[in-house]
Amino acid sequence: MTHRYLPHTPADIDRMLARCGVSRLEDLYSDVPEELLFKGEYDLPSEMSERRVRDFFNELGSANRQLVCFAGNGFYDHDTPAAVSSIISRSEFLTAYTPYQPEISQGTLQYIFEYQTMMCRLTGLDVSNASMYDGTTATAEAMMMAVAHARKRNRVLVSATMRQGVTDVVATYARYHGVTIDIIPEKEGITDREALATMLAEGNVAGVIVAQRNRYGIIEDYTGYAELCKGAKALLIMNCIASDLAVLKTPAEWGADVAVGDAQSLGMPLSFGGPYLGFICCTNALIRKLPGRIVGQTKDSEGRRVFVLTLQAREQHIRREKATSNICSNQGLMALFVTVYLSLTGAEGLRRINAQGTNGAHYLARQLTSTGKVVLTYPDRPFLNEFCITTTAPAAEIIRVAMQQGILAGVALDEHRMTVAVTELQSKEDMDRLTEIVKAL
Amino acid sequence: MNREFYGKLIFELSRPGRSGFCITDNHLPAVEDALPATVLRQQPLELPEVDEPTVVRHYTNMSNNNFGVDTGFYPLGSCTMKYNPKINEEVASHRSFQNLHPDTPAEAVQGALKMYYDLQRALSEIGGMAEFTLNPYAGAHGELTGLMVIRAYHASRGDDGRVKVIVPDSAHGTNPASAAVAGLQIVEVKSRPDGTVDVDDLRPLLDDTVAAVMMTNPNTLGIFEKNIPEIARLVHEAGALLYYDGANLNPMLGVARPGDMGFDVMHINLHKTFSTPHGGGGPGAGPVGVRKGLEQFLPSPKVVKNEDGSFSLVTGEESLGKISSHLGNFGVEMRALAYILSLGKENLSKVGPLATLSANYIKESLKDKYLLPIEGVCKHEFVFDGLIDKSTGVTTLNIAKRLLDYGYHAPTIYFPLLFHESLMIEPTETESVDTLDAFIEVMRKIADEAVTDPEMVKTAPHNTPVARPDDTEAALHPIVKYERI
Repeated sequence: MTHRYLPHTPADIDRMLARCGVSRLEDLYSDVPEELLFKGEYDLPSEMSERRVRDFFNELGSANRQLVCFAGNGFYDHDTPAAVSSIISRSEFLTAYTPYQPEISQGTLQYIFEYQTMMCRLTGLDVSNASMYDGTTATAEAMMMAVAHARKRNRVLVSATMRQGVTDVVATYARYHGVTIDIIPEKEGITDREALATMLAEGNVAGVIVAQRNRYGIIEDYTGYAELCKGAKALLIMNCIASDLAVLKTPAEWGADVAVGDAQSLGMPLSFGGPYLGFICCTNALIRKLPGRIVGQTKDSEGRRVFVLTLQAREQHIRREKATSNICSNQGLMALFVTVYLSLTGAEGLRRINAQGTNGAHYLARQLTSTGKVVLTYPDRPFLNEFCITTTAPAAEIIRVAMQQGILAGVALDEHRMTVAVTELQSKEDMDRLTEIVKAL
Repeated sequence: MNREFYGKLIFELSRPGRSGFCITDNHLPAVEDALPATVLRQQPLELPEVDEPTVVRHYTNMSNNNFGVDTGFYPLGSCTMKYNPKINEEVASHRSFQNLHPDTPAEAVQGALKMYYDLQRALSEIGGMAEFTLNPYAGAHGELTGLMVIRAYHASRGDDGRVKVIVPDSAHGTNPASAAVAGLQIVEVKSRPDGTVDVDDLRPLLDDTVAAVMMTNPNTLGIFEKNIPEIARLVHEAGALLYYDGANLNPMLGVARPGDMGFDVMHINLHKTFSTPHGGGGPGAGPVGVRKGLEQFLPSPKVVKNEDGSFSLVTGEESLGKISSHLGNFGVEMRALAYILSLGKENLSKVGPLATLSANYIKESLKDKYLLPIEGVCKHEFVFDGLIDKSTGVTTLNIAKRLLDYGYHAPTIYFPLLFHESLMIEPTETESVDTLDAFIEVMRKIADEAVTDPEMVKTAPHNTPVARPDDTEAALHPIVKYERI
């Protein structure tokens, strides 16, 4: 019996070898120097039946604890509609590759076009690409766009209120790409605008990266930032959480040139860090600097509306080392995820998801602070569904104790500060339970 | 199905007041004034308003216009479009993994960390490397990460003058692009007619300004670089490192390991060699492996196994830093491990030879009709330079489009750039000889049609959901989003 994925019977192999004019499979590797041939067998398990593979993962799964999730830090525990899971499982989408042959890839091309449209509407900007790996790499790509756009200037400013995970990745790319990253200090939980003005005046700035919802969950007011950046000819890049864009002033309305961020908040399973999706959108003026794939509308030879990969002259397979980015693929299937999700929720559904998370977070913040064990770190700053608390007991201790009772209480920022997030999925009872745990500390 | 109706854009199916959405009310008091007006959205958000059945029909209709590996044979060279096992999908959608927040303390995610560790070890064994990181999201991301590792290594030795990367001119476009993003200069080494690197051309380029040499082995023409031990020796003597682009790893499974060939750093495309679905262009995964002595430079965080058998996340002092949010596309990694377990060591070793056998079988069956520029044994893929008979004017593009009419995905065309009419075919090991025979028959038929009815071939495709699109118009007047007229 052959292995279920390898249909070659011994008779098939003999027939095929004969066509190739050799007698043994080894002969097909006669050009590989003898000393390079792998002679032993891999130190790996023997083949498993489906049932044993299933058992293996069930056992691994049972070593993970299922917790009520109040952790955020950029990634949120939202509900996934069944129709989304069903559509993205369709193998015509799942097992296709890049739509190089548009005549038999209109499914992929059309959903990317719809995705681009939705991202433009969310961010208010003119153009979206077909998606990026995640929000951190999308932000790093935006940094490289700014430097490419500015030509000689190679300094990029990142707000201290950016989530650490984003800043870390941007800093790695910058170090190797020859970009200097300077951190704009924070003041009372938000970006210090005066400090930014001073730093811009020092010159050599290609871009400024700020967070729409910052690392403390605070929604910052960026009035005047676009003018400051324009004065210094620096691009204003805004990192966003996609679901926030239903209610917040859009990056375009703030005057940003580029919007980037994670779209995990649009119902994607947390999946221990991925796959998610990063988005990047920009103004028309920057379209030739936008990395990655872009789908455009055109007509076929019979005059029908069709979609194709377009503006490929920007990309690595044409420009090689002169490309704006090395990105080849995108997060294709996750772009389909976003598109189906937003088609189901519509703007009103997304607003309601937002409102419910916001109501929950404000309730939980009141309950937690009423225990006297924690205070809001920045009580006067506005927030949606995530807030930062300063704790009497170590934050790690709160998280440890709550975890024993089946709750992931939040994400520790440092010893005595942690962020807590609420979505539409946690109940009032869950919040009251967390409050009791904190109270009992 | 009514394609005219459901095939519209989702925005055109929208009707005010409809919705495909539901939510469980948490019965908490509504907060009206959470935000000041200055930070609120001004322009109303317009998204489609559509009921669930319409959404499902719309996207199902679109899926019918798509071709995947499950639809049919997909001999797309260099992309390794092998079958994507269904059990992989089942285990990856397991709730006990899907619900894990990436910032959960290690003690509550031991199963997930063990999954990462097990796959990391399996890939190290298969690659002949000391350690892998699974954090990179895609092949190109892996290349970038690998080059960062190489730069971190040279920097740790105070060897700061190494600013160049040598890349063969037959390399994938991502190689030079990744080098540029990593802040390195690109030097192309001309390849010989069979795409292999000429050692005599390479030798004079190797000096103390070279950080790395990037190679794909077998190369993009499916030819094994016989001189690799010699190349590795020269590269190392010059103080540079040798990078293995794992895009073509599939034919090496069970045959030879990049680590044993002398490579220092490599990436693997899990969506190629390890059967994870391509998803229409992602999500993929591009794990990076290093030989002993380079592990400390890998990106953070790492998963380490403690003496008591538990697993922890660590950030190393010499690590090049973070290159992704967390631990990469975790769901993709799960699928790859499921594949490795399903095949086991016995069958993994058959993958390379069977993939190579399939490619040679097609090559030998068609070389009397199609121009084979490089004689001899290929590995997992090979390149034809169009039809032998050029008098008909039928091009590689025409052949590719005609294949669509016969229900096949086209091979990779016009890459590599070494030939004018490149047609790059990679069948993989998961296709039966009957599938290959049927494909060969169609390819021969197209070669005949090119003589008997060239116009028909030149105007293909004829039975696809749409006809040939106007690419020029798309680029001249870009329409990249839907706008109501």
